[in-house]
Amino acid sequence: MITTDLSLALPEIFLACSATVLLMYGAYAGKNTASFVSAMSVAVLAVAFALIFLGDRPTGLAFGGLFIVDAYGDYMKLVVLVASGFGILMTQRFVEREGMAKFEIPVLMVLSTLGMLMMISANDLMSLYVGLELQSLALYVIASIRRENLRSSEAGLKYFVLGALSSGMLLYGCSMIYGFTGTTDFDILGNVLSSVVSADQTPQIGLIVGLVFVCAAIAFKISAVPFHMWTPDVYEGAPTPITAFFASAPKVAAIALFARLLSDPFGSLVSEWQQIIVFVALASMILGSLAAIKQTNIKRLMAYSSIGNIGFALVGLAAGTQEGITGLIIYMTIYIFMNMGTFACILSMRQKGTMVENIDDLKGLSKTSPMMAFALTIFMFSMAGIPPLAGFFAKYVVFAAAVNAGLTTLAVIGILTSVIGAFYYLRIIKVMYFDEPSASFDKPIGGEMTFVLTVSTAFIVFFILFSTPIMDGAAVAASALFVG
Amino acid sequence: MIIQALVFYVFATISIASALMVVSSKNPVHSVLFLILCFFNAAGLFVLMGAEFLAMILVVVYVGAVAVLFLFVVMMLDINIERARQGFKQHLILGGSIGLVLLVELVLILSSTFASPDAVAVASVPIPNIDDVHNTRALGQVLYTKYVYLFQACGMILLVAMIGAIVLTLRKREGVRKQVISDQVNRTREESVEIKKVTSGSGI
Repeated sequence: MITTDLSLALPEIFLACSATVLLMYGAYAGKNTASFVSAMSVAVLAVAFALIFLGDRPTGLAFGGLFIVDAYGDYMKLVVLVASGFGILMTQRFVEREGMAKFEIPVLMVLSTLGMLMMISANDLMSLYVGLELQSLALYVIASIRRENLRSSEAGLKYFVLGALSSGMLLYGCSMIYGFTGTTDFDILGNVLSSVVSADQTPQIGLIVGLVFVCAAIAFKISAVPFHMWTPDVYEGAPTPITAFFASAPKVAAIALFARLLSDPFGSLVSEWQQIIVFVALASMILGSLAAIKQTNIKRLMAYSSIGNIGFALVGLAAGTQEGITGLIIYMTIYIFMNMGTFACILSMRQKGTMVENIDDLKGLSKTSPMMAFALTIFMFSMAGIPPLAGFFAKYVVFAAAVNAGLTTLAVIGILTSVIGAFYYLRIIKVMYFDEPSASFDKPIGGEMTFVLTVSTAFIVFFILFSTPIMDGAAVAASALFVG
Repeated sequence: MIIQALVFYVFATISIASALMVVSSKNPVHSVLFLILCFFNAAGLFVLMGAEFLAMILVVVYVGAVAVLFLFVVMMLDINIERARQGFKQHLILGGSIGLVLLVELVLILSSTFASPDAVAVASVPIPNIDDVHNTRALGQVLYTKYVYLFQACGMILLVAMIGAIVLTLRKREGVRKQVISDQVNRTREESVEIKKVTSGSGI
């Protein structure tokens, strides 16, 4: 009994134990342990990846139904692990150069990743909450890790206060759902709700209020409009590689959780939540594309870009069909690589030893460092959704799902905002290729950065050639959500 | 039965009165002390309901930790209560009406149906019947068995909280002289004491 539970949760247990061991090593092994702990953290994530990817994984429920292992969870976990691994890789050299190397940073990132895996595997409102809290608490700390810097402290504090507020809303919503259905277990919840719907009864208003509260809290975590206000400030204030991490792995985990929650236990209430998701998706896409236009700081630009991207991903969820979830999964997979690649470029923007983060600093990049300009161009074209790059397919699958689900208006507005969004992505390309160079960036950019850049660029460019395994994997993953 | 009712009214009256004193007393330290009184009476009410575990937690966590922390903060900060009260009357209308709207909404939602019939039907019984076993023991029976996953996950959250608190506040200051006991013990007479012959009359 307990051995089955443990074998199902093996990657999570491995991460938890390794994080503790790395923490002890960092605390007791004396000075300058940061780079070793960082390298080991990446290795730990790689082992967890291998445990999920290669292992002959059993599927099913563990710990009395609190924890679920299925194809959907496994796929999303792999994406999260890749994003976290890239995040830790890019962080180490940056913190060393800025003189803020601490072994706690990679350990906290591993613990946060553990929280994300627990969120993805949550099959109960309680395990959903503890996973979410573990993930966010570690993120609050690393947002303010540069404690002597006012902006970083502000970012951490703002994130913490608003995050605590959203946790409160989540718990309030959970308590109302529990009060009106008598259970927190997703499976029983699903049975109760589908029996209510099949008996043609209207679900109680209190239950809907609870669901709305939970949706609002998760929308905060994925920074969807109208719960996005913290995003630009936190992204700008936090150290850049931490921002890269924020914009990728936690988003995937929260979106995965959102999709599981809405399509598994609340699947029968699709008519109740669909309008909320449609509104949130629309508002995020519109605000993400319009507000980004006047930004001059590239980190703020990326914050608005991530808000817009979450809007596009939610279009897939709004469809409420298996095809929509497949689109959502593919979108998030591609988003991770576009996002990590772009942040690797931003992290390479150093002039005479200091970081610069204005769009104007990219002037004439094509002449000073043509390879980086090429890579950034690829990412920007991909974000704008230009075929044959990966970003085009990402947008195509979610919009196709929305049209097939009858949400044509949503898809049309989505495409329009995507065109508006293309303006600011293309502006960066124009600055790089057609403006006179001002000052060149420091070289070399470092092995890890080159690695992340190469992998991301290759993924975006060659996605059209090897998209089949990813598309198939996403379809299998999505079908796991629609079994029962 | 009459004694139980009497005890209930005593606890309830004192807790409401002390709650009023928390917000109305002029001295913030008195407010915190009234808050502690309120907690104790609420704990008494829990005991009356047979929820002795909640009563213990209330006393241990809220009185023992939270209220004492409040007391420290209140005593360390110089809070000018009169200035904080300024503008109370202007904000009363707006704040009061928002509070009223929230209250009406909550009453509307909760009065529609609280604990629906479905809920009663599916509610799993996580703890045994209250007559068979005390609720502290009942919680203990499930906490480390059925809910071991959540228990361990909470442990990880507390670990992160601890790492965070240390990494964000611990700073190494230069030039601090710390006591090293082994160095003190290992000092020899030769390196600590110097004997000089002082010729009388000439000074050192």
